[in-house]
Amino acid sequence: MTEVLSPPAAAPRPDDEEPSAVPPGCDGPAPSPGRFASFATADADGQFSLHLMVDGAHCGGCVRKIERALGGFGEVTHARLNLTTKRLVVRWDGLQDRADALADTVEGLGFGVIPFDPAKIGRGDAEEEKKLLRAMAVAGFAAANVMLLSVSVWAGHAQGMGQATRDLLHWFSALIALPAILYAGRPFFHSAWAALSKRHTNMDVPISLAVVLAGGVSLWETMRSGPHAYFDSAVMLLFFLLIGRFLDRRARGRARAAAERLLSLGADAVTVLDEAGRQKHVRIDQARPGMTAFVAAGQRIAVDGRVVEGRSDVDLSLISGETVPEPVGPGDAVFAGTLNQTGPVSLRITAVGDDTLLGEIVRLMELAEQRRARFVTLADRIARHYAPVVHALALLTFLGWTLLVGIAWQEALMIAVAVLIITCPCAIGLAVPAVQVIASGRLMRQGILLKTATALERLVDIDTVVFDKTGTLTTGKLALVDAPADDTAMADAAKIARASRHPLARALAAAAPEGPSASSVVEVPGCGLEWKSTAGVVRLGSRAWCGVADEDATSVGPELWFARPDCPPARFQFRDTPRPDAAEVVNGLKRHGIAVEILSGDREASVEAIARSLGIERWHSAVRPAGKTAHLESLVRSGRTVLMVGDGLNDAPALAAATVSMSPATAADITQTTADAVFQGERLQPVLEVLTVARRADRLVKQNFALAFGYNVLAVPLAVAGLVTPLIAAVAMSASSIIVVGNALRLAAARQR
Amino acid sequence: MSGLIYLIPVALFLGLVGLGAFLWALRSGQFDDLEGAAERILFDDEDDDPGAKESRNDGR
Repeated sequence: MTEVLSPPAAAPRPDDEEPSAVPPGCDGPAPSPGRFASFATADADGQFSLHLMVDGAHCGGCVRKIERALGGFGEVTHARLNLTTKRLVVRWDGLQDRADALADTVEGLGFGVIPFDPAKIGRGDAEEEKKLLRAMAVAGFAAANVMLLSVSVWAGHAQGMGQATRDLLHWFSALIALPAILYAGRPFFHSAWAALSKRHTNMDVPISLAVVLAGGVSLWETMRSGPHAYFDSAVMLLFFLLIGRFLDRRARGRARAAAERLLSLGADAVTVLDEAGRQKHVRIDQARPGMTAFVAAGQRIAVDGRVVEGRSDVDLSLISGETVPEPVGPGDAVFAGTLNQTGPVSLRITAVGDDTLLGEIVRLMELAEQRRARFVTLADRIARHYAPVVHALALLTFLGWTLLVGIAWQEALMIAVAVLIITCPCAIGLAVPAVQVIASGRLMRQGILLKTATALERLVDIDTVVFDKTGTLTTGKLALVDAPADDTAMADAAKIARASRHPLARALAAAAPEGPSASSVVEVPGCGLEWKSTAGVVRLGSRAWCGVADEDATSVGPELWFARPDCPPARFQFRDTPRPDAAEVVNGLKRHGIAVEILSGDREASVEAIARSLGIERWHSAVRPAGKTAHLESLVRSGRTVLMVGDGLNDAPALAAATVSMSPATAADITQTTADAVFQGERLQPVLEVLTVARRADRLVKQNFALAFGYNVLAVPLAVAGLVTPLIAAVAMSASSIIVVGNALRLAAARQR
Repeated sequence: MSGLIYLIPVALFLGLVGLGAFLWALRSGQFDDLEGAAERILFDDEDDDPGAKESRNDGR
């Protein structure tokens, strides 16, 4: 039965398999020896363990395949893949070097693996979530039981329950409620205390006060066998609020996982050559400027450096957002984070870690983020006014009853506490989280991941949207737009192009009808492809290499030239195509009265072409990362609220400088981490959708606040007049919470778009 | 009415057993991998052998 459900498992690898040594100059993405061994850590009992992020594991079949393959190694004592977090832990006896064989096995099954250091990935958040869940379980248990006892007391009122029985039930309630309040209330007490000690106030201050006072006064009332015990209100309040808080945290769990992936990016090994010219693998933090590093074709470059030996094409898309690789040779500078594509190169390391261009961009981004004024959420703004008013009201009630009416202070205190309980912002505490959870759930179903809690609120007032070009407005994939009319040229060129993995060659091959691939094509790094036909040497590559004189730069996009013996060179032109619905989305934004701009690092001609085709009037081309940040900041300073949509690493600082930011899921990891929202898929529609949902959510939040206040307007006079009994308090509070959550649910029920 | 004095503690005790069971499950990592657990039940026993050998400190 299992065989039917899951793909056939790979046979376990033989035990004696050694890490495959890759000779320098080997083509294609090569697993390099020692890449994983440096991440294996020794456990206390002499075993080694390796933590890996596994890409591409989606089902039980994958789990089984991976765990079975690893279990085939005799020395492996533990192999477990967590399908939720996509993390794999392997433990084994014996040598540290086995890490490579183990990781290669997983890679050999067709999964991508990235080693990571579990110590670097904060488990604080997961701990926090568990703490909330525990508190919620305790509060839920207490609320159910206390409510049961309270219902008996209320029923007893009508049927003439004796005082002794009522007291007994109150004591049982106290026994359950007080420990539960102490335990489950801690998240609120901590937060309230933190706010108070900084001389702020937040929603948690009135919540804590109401819960503690309600518990304390009820205990006192129970001790003197009075009728007014509010234990049920106190624990119910905690339970409802904990649900809101837990959901809130849960919704962003997936976004957190994405951010953790980024932290693991820094964890990669570098291959350095020692004096004797031998390859040695070191962790990136052990590499020093001046060392010589070796980068095989297909590997990501982990350091900044200058090429000493070798030629290649380097994919700069992570840094510049450009799709077409740049040729490099001896003396050229290359940067960390870029991908070495065609040939092996040796580098003299000039900078590592924080000193690299990558590190510089990250620092620029952090600066911009710090400068972004701390956004005060609507709930906090309301709390700032609400809490003092409530407290003053309770105090006035107390003073009024003692001084004006002249009743005993104990009685007056009971009434004042009833005011506090009635005004306790249960519905207000739920008003925002309930809407946010439902809004982010609705967005997530459409492949849009909201990462920051305040993103929805900040999106409401957006009046300007700034797009990056490559990879954001466009798909980032090249398409052939201009080819020679001659059909044989096309067929021949495609035949050669099929032999290469270069993006231009691939785009050319994709544009041609299916056909055979030429054999023994030589890829000349930095130049192009060369093939010896019967008639002579045929070249497909850069303009200069194909013997075409440099003419004026009339070309808009990247191009390939095709040189054959006895024929004039032919030109293939490529263009990055806009996303299918880009024009529609730009129009939609304009209809909403939102200004649209392009901010790109690309050349003027290609930016202008895209801008004109999409009907965007304002564009800025050839902007460096620092310039993008400056532009965004000047927009924000001039009073605009800006949504920035970008994908390149060079956009990350600008994203941080904007009021709110989005990036496609194809973006660089750092960029995704900076962005407030990440969207998936080919289409640009999510930009519009997010704005629509944000506006709807804003309306609902405001309605919820209005409902919560309306309830207060009705109930507070009753409380001040001393007419509120525990029954009324419990019913009123639950009812207002349910109404608020029900109102929020309308967002999910609303027809999409 | 005097039955209450026994019945309420008995009810509370049963409730606490449930609460305790949930907290234990949470602590022992039963909720760490909800997706994986749903799939693992379909595996033949020998397949998750390496994982089963050490079920205490897993998945971290």
